[in-house]
Amino acid sequence: MSHLPFPILIIVVPLISAFLMILLGWLRKSLCYLLLIFVLGITTLSSFMILEEVLWKGSIHYRLGGWLPPWGIEYVIDPLNGFVLLIVSTISLIIGITSKPMVEREFPERAIYFYCLYLLQITGLLGIVITGDLFNLYVFLEIASLAGYALIAIGEEGAPFASFNYMIYGTIGACFYLLGVGYLYIESGSLNMADLTKLLPGLLSSKVTLIAFAFFSVGIAIKMALFPLHVWLPDAYTYAPSTVSTLVAPLTTKVGAYVMIRVMVNVFPPTFFTETLPAALLLRWMAGLGILFGCLFALAQKDLKRMLGYVLIAEIGYIAMGIGFGNRNGLTGAILHIMNDGLMMACLFLFVGAITLKGWPRKIDQLQGLHQTMPLTSAAFVLSGLSVIGVPPTCGFFSKWYLVLGAIDAKQWLSAAILLASSLCNAILFFRVIEKAYFGKAGNEQRIERPILKRDEAPLIVLIPLWVLTLGVISLGLFSGTIISNIIHLTIPASF
Amino acid sequence: MTIELIIGKYNYWIYISLMMIGFYAMIAKKNLVKKLIGMNIFQTSIILFFISIGSKKGATIPIVEEGVKTIQANQYINPLPHVLMLTAIVVMVSTFGVALALLLLIYRKYHTLEEDEILNLRR
Amino acid sequence: MEGTISIKPLLALGTSALAALLILLTGERRKNLREGWTLLASVIKFSIVASMIPAILQGKTLEWTLVELFPGVSFQFRVDSFGLFFATLASCLWIATSIYSIGYMRGLQSASQTRFFFCFALALHGALGIAFAGNLLTLFIFYEILTVSTFPLVAHKETEEAISGGRKYLAYLLTGATLIILAMGFTYTLSGNLNFKAGGFLKGHGTDPLLILIFFVFIIGFGTKAALMPLHEWLPTAMVAPTPVSALLHAVAVVKAGVFCVLRVILYVFGPQLLAELNLWLLLAYMASFTILVSGMFALAQDHLKRRLAFSTINNLAIIILGASLLSPSGITGSIFHIAAHGFMKITLFFVAGAIYVKTHKEKVNELDGIGKAMPVTMASFAIAALGISGIPPMAGFISKWYLCLGSLEAKEILFLFVLLGSALLDIAYFVPIIYHSFFKKPTGDPFPQVDEASLWMVAPIAICAIGSIVLGLFPNAIFHFFEIATLSAKNVLGVP
Repeated sequence: MSHLPFPILIIVVPLISAFLMILLGWLRKSLCYLLLIFVLGITTLSSFMILEEVLWKGSIHYRLGGWLPPWGIEYVIDPLNGFVLLIVSTISLIIGITSKPMVEREFPERAIYFYCLYLLQITGLLGIVITGDLFNLYVFLEIASLAGYALIAIGEEGAPFASFNYMIYGTIGACFYLLGVGYLYIESGSLNMADLTKLLPGLLSSKVTLIAFAFFSVGIAIKMALFPLHVWLPDAYTYAPSTVSTLVAPLTTKVGAYVMIRVMVNVFPPTFFTETLPAALLLRWMAGLGILFGCLFALAQKDLKRMLGYVLIAEIGYIAMGIGFGNRNGLTGAILHIMNDGLMMACLFLFVGAITLKGWPRKIDQLQGLHQTMPLTSAAFVLSGLSVIGVPPTCGFFSKWYLVLGAIDAKQWLSAAILLASSLCNAILFFRVIEKAYFGKAGNEQRIERPILKRDEAPLIVLIPLWVLTLGVISLGLFSGTIISNIIHLTIPASF
Repeated sequence: MTIELIIGKYNYWIYISLMMIGFYAMIAKKNLVKKLIGMNIFQTSIILFFISIGSKKGATIPIVEEGVKTIQANQYINPLPHVLMLTAIVVMVSTFGVALALLLLIYRKYHTLEEDEILNLRR
Repeated sequence: MEGTISIKPLLALGTSALAALLILLTGERRKNLREGWTLLASVIKFSIVASMIPAILQGKTLEWTLVELFPGVSFQFRVDSFGLFFATLASCLWIATSIYSIGYMRGLQSASQTRFFFCFALALHGALGIAFAGNLLTLFIFYEILTVSTFPLVAHKETEEAISGGRKYLAYLLTGATLIILAMGFTYTLSGNLNFKAGGFLKGHGTDPLLILIFFVFIIGFGTKAALMPLHEWLPTAMVAPTPVSALLHAVAVVKAGVFCVLRVILYVFGPQLLAELNLWLLLAYMASFTILVSGMFALAQDHLKRRLAFSTINNLAIIILGASLLSPSGITGSIFHIAAHGFMKITLFFVAGAIYVKTHKEKVNELDGIGKAMPVTMASFAIAALGISGIPPMAGFISKWYLCLGSLEAKEILFLFVLLGSALLDIAYFVPIIYHSFFKKPTGDPFPQVDEASLWMVAPIAICAIGSIVLGLFPNAIFHFFEIATLSAKNVLGVP
């Protein structure tokens, strides 16, 4: 298996194809989509191979250019990033498949550039996950972000402005991260994560380490849209074209969450942010407030996509809260939620994309009769909505369950209360939409006269991926036990 | 003591003040171009910070001359931060490019680059 | 107690899931086929459930494990006597309800019937899953399926009233469900285990105050579904639902599932011993008694027939909980048996209310004067069931109440005996006038036509259920060994050989 260098293929193939895409676009525009699917297929396959190898044989170290760490850049894949890698590449493949009709409807003339940016975005995200070098991570972070800014700016009226705002915030975040890298380098003289794991325990008392940690935390928190640094998110994701928000919403923030876990738990010793610093406490508070804030603001929204944006902020809060508990169950919940939330959000945003494709408005109170014209699509929405609420056996329940267990273990009663209250709030949110879509206008007397709308489902190329995601939402819930004991437990450091 | 702290670590002070200037512009300025300039100053300050942590007093550029047998680390500037900054400059320039393109789009749409005017128009 | 591995529980559950899917696929165009699926599934499901009875009577438990959800807790079905009791009742009454609902829905030409039958099958799926669940988590999974699938049924009419009723239903039940998550979390953290065990598994874990807290969180959580006062408010509101749904909600699936869960928690999570040590049973018994008396009085004040029945349901559910909380052999037997007895009788009452509505569009109690002449079979069944609920022999209600009274004597708490007797009096007070007026009073408005029963689809289930409640009273073991299973469960729980 190791005769093919999967760790480098997974980065290089999409990167090079991104440029080939432009060339190909000049020659034959119709082939671009196929190239996209082909490349995403390769990345998915390789990440699958990588994860399998990691699980069987232990971590993979791939040295770029043969330079030995800590001097050269090294790609390290352990169960944690192998897992995230698979999530990112699979979801991006599924979303990639659905992109065709949406691109053709919303911006056919810019399809080539879109596919090119799509691949760059994936390169960035995969790079962030796979790299074992802090500075390299910064570069990939910026590749992903830049592609993201451009992708979002393609969208409707307010998009360029929203994208510019996102860029200002994103750049601050990235620069803070870079400063963190700088301070850590001053103190330890290393940029390699594995090396730092060995060096840092001796350097924890230094103020420079503290400052580095602070810069890291703030930078990453901006990138993952953790409350109160989330301000860029709702606008950017609302105005983005539907296929872009479907791609960016589930993945970017999740990869941010991965970086947070990596830095706080792996690079720094886990006890550092739970015991030495009150960082865990702060994180829990931010997460808790973020969950409440996200839910409440989502309630106030009339636009479905915007509502989902705020739900996403709340979901990020869950992950951060799980990390903030600083115990085994909490972290399990957080990592599990990276996967679950990725799936759920992809599913929900794809639903919005599918109804937009068929000319439905995004306003929640204009959705009456949706279930008659698009029964399968709206059923998928119901199931993933139930998952966000946390109704078993969907996967959303299980991550919430671990988070609640984590809260009990950490004796954080307030956090437990917030977790539970938020699922009620989500119930209101989603049943509000479901009610509109399934039961028509409340109190309508003209119910009988309502014309039986003709069936007009989303095209199969959207519908099938949507249902693949939905079935994933259900089945991964039932198999979460297997996933946890085989993958996630390997990712949690022994000291937890 | 304080003077020593200021003069002895002047590079940090310079980078911090530059960074704060940039930060202020990014947050407080209403004009989007000014925000962008602020962003540039902000990024540049970080480049300066990295460059300055790599340098050493009395050290030379990290190129080993012919015939030198033993390499003494304190005679050479640490090249790594500089190399990192080369990459970072590339990143920053591309950010700048994307930002300018965005501003162009915004200007075509609203015929203004003042944030409050745009917000008024969008309402 | 080791279990025999058997795929039957899975098959029984699969039947209803498959039925739900087939109903959805068949859709509105081929009505007969769609309703055929419902009937077929209910019969198959019932026969699978019934085929498990002999094994259970021999004292075995049947197990089937699907996947491990997390360490120590699997997605597991485990059929013991108590679970089978509930499953038999639910699946047997499903047949009656599905026949009836075909008559009802067609009689009213209701809209979105596919959704109705789909959710109906799904709700039964949930109820059966609850019955077969081998641990708290599996139970909770099906509990949530039941909750969610009932929402479209409550809001079925799509009027403002129906939708707000549905909202209220969800608000109460989902709040309860989140509390259950919390309580389960505590239970798991304390004991590392969620598997039911006759006689409880929490003993010896945790401190007393913590256990008391967990107990109350559980009771509040499941109590919302069991409509324990003051958490009952959703139930009368949910009466806007079509009558088969109310029947399902109140006699079989939803509230009974709530009571079932409460009993599971009392008897299989905490266990009689622990509850007696912590003196929690007395507290629970007081809560239940309060509900019994207050809901009885509320029922008197209701003019709307279905609302009156709803309060009567609240009353009887509390009686079941009271019986179980007495922790004495007769009390538990009576309480478990009352689940079935009340099921049969209450479903008859609701069916009758529905038949009247379909035929005459009357819903108020005072409009029913003289209706007995027009619908003799229907109203006779009503009389049988209503008297049965009040505890008059030879109906099934008498047996369960008799055992409950014995139970309160065994527990040496005379107070509860009076509560039970008082509630029987209240039952008579709110049912007998209806019977009397319907048979012996002249109609106030337009006279009813001579004999004008509802369609056979509706009358047959009504009559069968009414006869069922008499048979169950005369020969408690004749139908599916209900009484024997109930005694068996009581013995298991109390650890009496």
